[in-house]
Amino acid sequence: METAAARVAYVRPRGLTPLWAGAAVAFLVGALVIGVLVGPIDLGLGPILESVAARLHVPGVSSSLSPTDNAILWEIRMPRVVLGALVGGMLALSGATYQGVFRNPLADPYLLGVAAGAGLGATLAIAYLPEGLRGQQALPVAAFLGGGAAVVLTYSVGRSASRGRDAVTLVLAGVTVASFFTALQTFVQQENADTLQQVYTWILGSIPSSGWSDVVLILPYVTLASAVILAHRRVVDVLSLGDDEARSLGVDVRRVRLVLVVAATVGTAAAVAVCGLIGFVGIIVPHAIRMLAGTGYRALLPLSVVAGAGFLVLADVIARTALAPAEIPLGIVTAFFGAPFFALVLRTTRGGAA
Amino acid sequence: MLRFPLVAAAIALAALVVVGAGAPAGARTAPKAFPVTIVTAEGKITVAKRPLRVISLSPTATESLFAIGAGPQVVAVDNQSDYPKSVPKTSLSGYTPNVEAIAGYRPDLVVAAYDPKGLSAALRKLGIPVVVQGAASTFKGAYQQIRQLGLVTGHVSNAARVITGMKTKINRIVRASRPKAGGLSVYHELTPDLYSASTKSFVGKVYEALGLRNIADSADTAGTGYPQLSAEYVVSQSPDLIVLADSVCCGQTAATVAARPGWDRIKAVRSGSIVRIDDSIASRWGPRLVNFFRALASALGRLS
Repeated sequence: METAAARVAYVRPRGLTPLWAGAAVAFLVGALVIGVLVGPIDLGLGPILESVAARLHVPGVSSSLSPTDNAILWEIRMPRVVLGALVGGMLALSGATYQGVFRNPLADPYLLGVAAGAGLGATLAIAYLPEGLRGQQALPVAAFLGGGAAVVLTYSVGRSASRGRDAVTLVLAGVTVASFFTALQTFVQQENADTLQQVYTWILGSIPSSGWSDVVLILPYVTLASAVILAHRRVVDVLSLGDDEARSLGVDVRRVRLVLVVAATVGTAAAVAVCGLIGFVGIIVPHAIRMLAGTGYRALLPLSVVAGAGFLVLADVIARTALAPAEIPLGIVTAFFGAPFFALVLRTTRGGAA
Repeated sequence: MLRFPLVAAAIALAALVVVGAGAPAGARTAPKAFPVTIVTAEGKITVAKRPLRVISLSPTATESLFAIGAGPQVVAVDNQSDYPKSVPKTSLSGYTPNVEAIAGYRPDLVVAAYDPKGLSAALRKLGIPVVVQGAASTFKGAYQQIRQLGLVTGHVSNAARVITGMKTKINRIVRASRPKAGGLSVYHELTPDLYSASTKSFVGKVYEALGLRNIADSADTAGTGYPQLSAEYVVSQSPDLIVLADSVCCGQTAATVAARPGWDRIKAVRSGSIVRIDDSIASRWGPRLVNFFRALASALGRLS
């Protein structure tokens, strides 16, 4: 183990530089501030700051917002911003983790079938649960279980099929399981055409205005998953070199991969359960960081959490305000603004670190 | 049915074309007895003799057919048609129709709300006349569809009577309720994620007729009729009346609405002016339109 540790230190890529850490945090803080200040209802900059100061018990300040506006700020807008940050950070982190673990630049958080499984779970809940349970509470649970079931199936299919080439087989198993679950989901949906609208909006993905309850619901999963992944961030660098190389460095490839995949899956499933399918975040954010900062996973993973959170909060600001007082599905915004931004980064950094 | 705003919008557009393009003219000029020819956007449709084996793939048309006395001629309806209770419900789908399964009932007339993947062309090749009646976007369009069904099934005078009855009852309700509704605002909820219906939509016309201000209107910049509102906006608008058309599909009640963050400040929640309307009544444009008006009238009565 001692030599392995030494060799790990030898291949260790550049770590987190203060410049990029500072830039990412500044981006997130800026996004959070914009997220709280901007919305379909103009609450006014001064009154919002007063209300925040009053909540923080700054002496001599009292909120000048009306009770309704106060409720809009604290019960609708704030939790939505926080939820967006949690989900964005989690999706970006999961995407980056999958990319490292599977050595596949196109890996996204939905690679192993989480999305398809969660979609099936949600559709089943919408279509078959009795009326009393059909409220919004049962949906996240069903989606979470569906997502988890799909990944377990992917893992067992992948393991039964392969000995040596684990990573590639798992990805293929994921594609297979995802297609199968999507077929089931579409079938259930067709059989219950009256649920079309609900399933459709769920699949488009959005940050719900459900108050603090969804934040509380996913916070434990997201925190735990992120902590586990970040604790393994150096190992991801080793894994990204290749299974044989990692093994020769003393890493238990199968065990570590399982831990990372389970963590990324649990986190993604929790995010998907409350927000539906929000695409692109898990690919764009890690790649943009990679191209700009050119770092290994040791720095990429924490940067992805912070930048992903900021990215999704900003995207949700657009979803909330571009057509205010109507909303745009968030998945459309992330792709519409994310793709050109990604192309720009690709163009300006071509031939660089990526 | 029709809980899908994009599809609904497309259908509404198609209905405008179909209804606007000549069905009424056809209705006026058609002879009383069979053969009957109606003119639609897809061309002339001729029904040679009084149909005895009608299939309805449209829940709204099913309700209308039974209301005008054509029920005994209906041999099969699609899996979404659930009113009246006695309809011959089958597993036929109006969304993903199977031409062979439909033809297997040997129909002599098919009524549909959609025309997906060349359904009507395929059936016409088999010599089966098809009447496509997409979602109406106005009361006039809804009445025209009932009139058209009367024509093609041989119940012209019954259809006229149903239409007159609807008009009379609705006018009476509107006259009585309009003064109470003056200046009040309404929020119509299609789904718990706040899809609503503006005045451009068919349900929106109901609120317009009652003189209610529809809070979805300023959000419907795209003109689809079905914008998704932001929660902040609904709370700040504080509508006087909330109509839940997602009580059956999604289990929404006055209690679930009141429990949403910030919604306890909305006037309708405070005064208890939350109406649960059966999803199917609020999403169809048939004879039960009167029931919808009645439910709203009683809510307005309680408000004032």
